[in-house]
Amino acid sequence: MNRNRLATSLFAVLLVLFFAGTVLCRSQVEKLRGKEVTLEEVLYMPSGKSVKRLSLGYSSLLADIYWTRAVQYFGEKSNQRSMRYDLLYPLLDITTDLDPHLIVSYEFGSLFLSQPPPEGAGQPEKAVALVEKGIRENPSYWRLYFTLGFIHYLDRRDYKAASEAFFKGSEVPGALPWMKVMAARMAEHGEDRSTALYLWKAVYDTSIDPQVKDTAMQHLASLRAEQDIEQLEQRVKLYRERTGVLPSRWLDMIRAGLLPGLPQDPDGTEYKLLPDGTVDVQDPAKYRFLDRNRNK
Amino acid sequence: MISRLTAITLNTFREAVRDRVLYNLILFVLLLVASAPLFGQISIGMERLILVNVGLSSISLFGVIIAIFIGIGLVSKEIEKKTLYTILSRPVRRWEFIVGKYLGLIMTLVVNTALMTAGFYIALLVTKGLHKTDALLLVAIYFTVLQFLIVTALTVLFSTFSSPIFSAIFAFALFVIGTFAEDLKNFAAISKGAAKLLATAAAYLMPNFASLNVIAQTAHDQGVGGRLILFNTLYAMLYSASAVAAAVLIFERRNLK
Repeated sequence: MNRNRLATSLFAVLLVLFFAGTVLCRSQVEKLRGKEVTLEEVLYMPSGKSVKRLSLGYSSLLADIYWTRAVQYFGEKSNQRSMRYDLLYPLLDITTDLDPHLIVSYEFGSLFLSQPPPEGAGQPEKAVALVEKGIRENPSYWRLYFTLGFIHYLDRRDYKAASEAFFKGSEVPGALPWMKVMAARMAEHGEDRSTALYLWKAVYDTSIDPQVKDTAMQHLASLRAEQDIEQLEQRVKLYRERTGVLPSRWLDMIRAGLLPGLPQDPDGTEYKLLPDGTVDVQDPAKYRFLDRNRNK
Repeated sequence: MISRLTAITLNTFREAVRDRVLYNLILFVLLLVASAPLFGQISIGMERLILVNVGLSSISLFGVIIAIFIGIGLVSKEIEKKTLYTILSRPVRRWEFIVGKYLGLIMTLVVNTALMTAGFYIALLVTKGLHKTDALLLVAIYFTVLQFLIVTALTVLFSTFSSPIFSAIFAFALFVIGTFAEDLKNFAAISKGAAKLLATAAAYLMPNFASLNVIAQTAHDQGVGGRLILFNTLYAMLYSASAVAAAVLIFERRNLK
């Protein structure tokens, strides 16, 4: 083997060894730094506007990067069932400062912020501030009013503010007619379950995002289960009034003529009759919004 | 072998000095020291922070620009001047030429950074006086030098097979991509199937400059762990060694006739 070939072989081996070493070192560095260290940079930034000035005209690209970071941060925290989402609002604020017309960051970002932990950050006030910023920057986009009304209704329980938001949105050219209906329902029957059903149905019908559709579907299923449970518990009460004892199984109630058959949840699974006469679903994981709606 | 390597290293350093590369230092120090008193007037309670951010970012940016612009001419300039044939006709091996050139460039950048650091500390002294926590800034500067190791190695690698302009573009593009290396890794983490494999491979192949940037952290007087310094050092050395090894492999096979 001549010297040149020897050098080539030696450097080829070194290249492989060194590169393998970089992979190991990098894994160690990532472990030491933690996953959120890049995101924590936002805490050092004076404002999104100064970041925009420094972006040398590439603010849209930078906004996309920050939006991706916000989604990753939210996904990570949500998977961990975290109760704290401290970096979410700063990330969204910088994203929307960099690109004020990035509608998706207002629509989804506000939902991430408004939902109670661990599903979201539990910061409805910040969610409202974010959507209002979106409306100021994009006044002709009526769906942001819908998002605003939605947050006021669902997370702040402020039916008057929700009604106003739906009404203002309905006046924007191009807004769908049900925005007016929504404004009226909010004003008159804000606390009714039927209003919630109507709202989630509208979300399900008008959204094109599969994840949003899935969430809306889960809310609708939870609301329907909640309605069923309320009716079933009333019938159990009736059974007790008639017989003086609580039913031990559904068959007792069917025999008493209080039920036409075995009661099933929206998924087709039989409801659970508990010894104290209350009713529950077999698999609470399928109805993760149930408790929340029942506490309404 | 050592003497040949030392000779090439020192010659590369001398050549860079002769190219008036270090003139940028005078500009840097003058700008920083002269503008230091102004920071107090344009911001309230943030003069030190602004000075630190401007100073450390300038050291990094100046260094990267110098690394790229000296590195790209490494092979092409020697061929153009026909000095490469003279060197290689002597008992100098091709790998010695590449490694020596690389070390020479690193030497230039280290001297450059040391002088800029001195200028930066003078500016700090003039503005607010020096404090104990200012020593933390040296870690940020050390990490900047580690960045230079990688950028220079990549520039040397590109210069072995590409024209100077393309070498500069490639090296700068990798510097930008490397700055977002952790985003790439996060993207790989949430991808699925083939996209996950590709993104993971790309994430490890690209240099990670994100973990070598602790300017914001140290500017806020937050320390950097000893283990992180150790593994970042190892990472930068191994990555630059890989790039130089790849450069040697290409240069060994290159037809210089």
